Amino acid sequence: MSVATKTDKIQRLAELAATKETSTGASLWREAFRRLKRSKMAIIGAVVIALFVVLAIVGPYVAPYSPTAQTWRNEVFPNRGEFVGARGENWFGLDHLGRDLFSRMLVGARQTLLVGVVATLIGLIIGFVIGGLAGAFATLGGDTGRRVDSVIMRFIDIMLAMPSLLLAVSIAAVMGQSLTTVMIAVGVVQIPVFARLLRGSMLAQGSADYVLAAKSLGVRKRRIVLSQIVPNSLSPVIVQATLSLATAIIEAAALSYLGLGNPDPAIPEWGVMLTQAQRFFDNAPMMAVYPAVGIIITALGFTLLGEAMREALDPKLRG
Amino acid sequence: MSLLTVDELTVTFGGRGRKESRAVDGVSFEVDQGQVVGLVGESGCGKSVTSLALMGLLPAKGLTIGGRADFDGTNLFTMSASARRDLRGSEMAMIFQDPLSSLNPVVPVGVQVTEILERHRGMKGEAARKEAADLLDRVGIPDPTRRLKEYPHQLSGGMRQRALIAMAVACAPRMLIADEPTTALDVTIQAQILELLKELVDQEGTALLMITHDLGVVAGLCDQVNVLYAGKVVESAGRRELFGHPTHPYAHGLLGSIPRLDAPRGEPLNPIRGSINDRIAWADGCAFAPRCDRYEMGCLTGTPQLTEPRAAGHQVRCVNPVLDDAKAEEVPA
Amino acid sequence: MSLLELDGVKVHFPIKKGLLFDRTVGHVYAVDGISLKVEAGQTYGLVGESGCGKTTLGRSVLRLVDITEGSVVLDGTDLAKLPGEEMRRFRRRLQMVFQDPLGSLNPRQNIESILSEGMVAHGIGKDQEERREKIKSILDKVGLPSNALSRYPHEFSGGQRQRIGIARALVLEPDVIICDEPVSALDVSVQAQVINLLEELQEELGLTYVVIAHDLAVVRHISDTIGVMYLGSLVEEAPSDALYAEPKHPYTKALMSAVPVPDPEVEDQRERILLIGDLPSPANPPSGCRFHTRCPWAQAERCSTERPELRDVGGGHRVACHYAEEIAAGTLARTTGEVVPATREGVEDAPVSEELAAATVPEQAGPPEQESTKAEKAETAEKAEKAEKAEAVVEAAEQAEKAASAETPDEAAEQPEPEAAEAPEPEAEQPEKADKAV
Repeated sequence: MSVATKTDKIQRLAELAATKETSTGASLWREAFRRLKRSKMAIIGAVVIALFVVLAIVGPYVAPYSPTAQTWRNEVFPNRGEFVGARGENWFGLDHLGRDLFSRMLVGARQTLLVGVVATLIGLIIGFVIGGLAGAFATLGGDTGRRVDSVIMRFIDIMLAMPSLLLAVSIAAVMGQSLTTVMIAVGVVQIPVFARLLRGSMLAQGSADYVLAAKSLGVRKRRIVLSQIVPNSLSPVIVQATLSLATAIIEAAALSYLGLGNPDPAIPEWGVMLTQAQRFFDNAPMMAVYPAVGIIITALGFTLLGEAMREALDPKLRG
Repeated sequence: MSLLTVDELTVTFGGRGRKESRAVDGVSFEVDQGQVVGLVGESGCGKSVTSLALMGLLPAKGLTIGGRADFDGTNLFTMSASARRDLRGSEMAMIFQDPLSSLNPVVPVGVQVTEILERHRGMKGEAARKEAADLLDRVGIPDPTRRLKEYPHQLSGGMRQRALIAMAVACAPRMLIADEPTTALDVTIQAQILELLKELVDQEGTALLMITHDLGVVAGLCDQVNVLYAGKVVESAGRRELFGHPTHPYAHGLLGSIPRLDAPRGEPLNPIRGSINDRIAWADGCAFAPRCDRYEMGCLTGTPQLTEPRAAGHQVRCVNPVLDDAKAEEVPA
Repeated sequence: MSLLELDGVKVHFPIKKGLLFDRTVGHVYAVDGISLKVEAGQTYGLVGESGCGKTTLGRSVLRLVDITEGSVVLDGTDLAKLPGEEMRRFRRRLQMVFQDPLGSLNPRQNIESILSEGMVAHGIGKDQEERREKIKSILDKVGLPSNALSRYPHEFSGGQRQRIGIARALVLEPDVIICDEPVSALDVSVQAQVINLLEELQEELGLTYVVIAHDLAVVRHISDTIGVMYLGSLVEEAPSDALYAEPKHPYTKALMSAVPVPDPEVEDQRERILLIGDLPSPANPPSGCRFHTRCPWAQAERCSTERPELRDVGGGHRVACHYAEEIAAGTLARTTGEVVPATREGVEDAPVSEELAAATVPEQAGPPEQESTKAEKAETAEKAEKAEKAEAVVEAAEQAEKAASAETPDEAAEQPEPEAAEAPEPEAEQPEKADKAV
């Protein structure tokens, strides 16, 4: 066979093979992000969240009125049908004290986001440390480690055994009525969730072959935990954190609704607004609808993104 | 006429936004009563998808099936869903690779067997239970009445596969499809299960479609063997003919790359280079060409066709097949 | 002196249960007294079915599981007694190749990171630059392109992943590499590539292998010496060719007869010894000879009470059977089990075009003749069947008796299992699926 035909053959084959996608050295995180970008659910969720964040940042600056200014105080008669409003100047109308609802919604977004993020961060960070320690002890600590893990997890079980709202109410009752209390209360409730999730994920990864391989290479235990087990255990925790932002906002609203939220009328917050609206529900239902819809849409945004992330990060759906 | 005639079966997944992939690309074969036909190939060759398509067990989403599969003269793919369900289990039955995940873990084995008897044979209560015990006994499960009350996790792997076979043959099906029935089992257990399948075919005249990657299993069991590669049959022949004169470079290479128990030690293996990922589209030429030692420019001009049947129904899809003289050169007998 | 010597190695896993404090309720006797020697530059093959403890034995050599009793001596050092940190450093000399090529590679590390992990742990190479050079040369040795460095495990095919696994072991320049089912997760056509690679590397680098596999054909191809394991102990050990030529232990005989050969001409001549029943639970192994519950040649008294030692029967052939010589000489009759032909009774080639068939395949009889042979065959088969049936009745009775007597320990063995599921189950080996179906 002549050399020319041989090269021809190889070239033709290469041409045909080139239609296949070539791998590029993309890490799993990057691949997950690529999948996320293709998901409609993720896009919708991300857009909602982005709007919410923008609102939280610029809200106070673009609000047409001060959230505490009581315009037309004289025209507001709580006991005589609807509150006046919607005259073009007040898009959402006024509340029972004659404050512009639209402005209060705008300004309140920041508080609501703050509660959700801070509460979730509290739960995430503390839960991560506890769960990470338990997981590390359980996977690599031998018999002693398993005992340490047992003790930690029993403690977590006790926390988990208490009804979350009750726990939050107790914390709020002890610490007094403030926004910080709400954040801590909602955050503490999340601790066992994150701790259990990370530990469980680490245990599953701990028995994986690549951990065994790292052990047989002689890699130190601390490095095995930090570079092998933890990075592979993160996905469910990230998903949970996103979903938790939604529940944290709702729980914060629930606490506010129970009257444990921020008592300062100067700082509007959607949960508190909802609480205040209940007294006037017959006369002015829209006063409750605005903050409720706000909370629902935001929570939905986080949930959508969280679910999309769960799918994108699922190794079974890889490809 | 054969019991099952599969003609130009194609199975395509995807579509609607996702990239289409054709798992089975024009597969044809026939299975007769009392005959064992093998579909052999590596993962991704489309053998399992073929079996699932025949049983109607593929998820409907994004699925396109082309071609026909005539079972006893009726096309399976145009049959109504309920007629298909009636056929499945009574006339056609399937045995899967993983017996544990194919059995319902929370239902005793006995209930799972009697369920089939009740559904397809209209048996009731005590009669069904007695028949179920008989079935377990027939597939070689000792103490069947006790085993009936047990849950799948209480049985060993071999026992579970036997139970699964008992369920498959509960209605004396004329056609049995076995998808890697022994892959998850140990060789000594594999021998037991193969023996059981042999008995079924020889004594009951059941037609058996055997799907496997193990050429050794095929050598002792199948009458007719179809070798699949990338969704197409690349070689088809009677077992003696196929193993004696493998003509497609893939089949030939596969046989040369398997370490054999009876081969003298130290004889090097001749592996096929690359992997199943190194392939080109059938439309452009032979999918095996990138891994083939014998490929020519001719291999890259359009889809190669199956040749007309030679001896023992020997057909091959190759423009530059390994002929006997070439074989004698490469693998001295 | 041998490079690697195992003496009386036992690995027993406690079965624990309890609400707050775990209580040991029994043991899984995964490895129960194994002694063997591996010579430098050679390959020792360990073969056995799932649950026989071969994987656990392999891991115990690297101390990935705790050794309950016995010693593992590598080049004069008893690994079983080494304290943690020293053992960690010693692991450089003993490396492992795993069954599941994807599962044994961290999906979030790229190839460079995976391969330098071991070097960093043992302080090999001054900086990443030096390590990268070394990695490149190893990648070249195992047949991977150097642009693989920045890629991730999921971007490779099964065979390539296994090459990465081998490269990971090689960068540490170990004395012994333990290959746990190195090819069983790969496609048939790719298995040969990896087997050849292992052999080439051995020749080039003078490596010593312990190859653990369930596939007797693979083990026979690659090994100098083969040890056959059953339920935690070695039942037979011999040079590869001797073991194939004359298996002496009944279990080895059955195992070997059960391995199908991809050649109809050979299969038609072969017979299979069918064992009865399944592997007993390693948590409750049978008394005496571990194999006596399934052994076709089991004798009434001795086999069920006295545990046979591994003894030399000449030519480096060691076997743990009281009656190895008698069975070999044919003076001992089979008591149970069944010997069946390897091929299906009714199997035949189906000639589609008769004329062509007659013309091109001379050894095949013409169609009319074939018909008559078929009829004849059926007749003889019928007669044979009748005779067999009579035999079968007797046999069945025997079997039933056997099954009944075997049941009581069986049941006891099954009871603790559900609870034991909570404890780690190292005795349950990875399901050995050679082919992951689509």
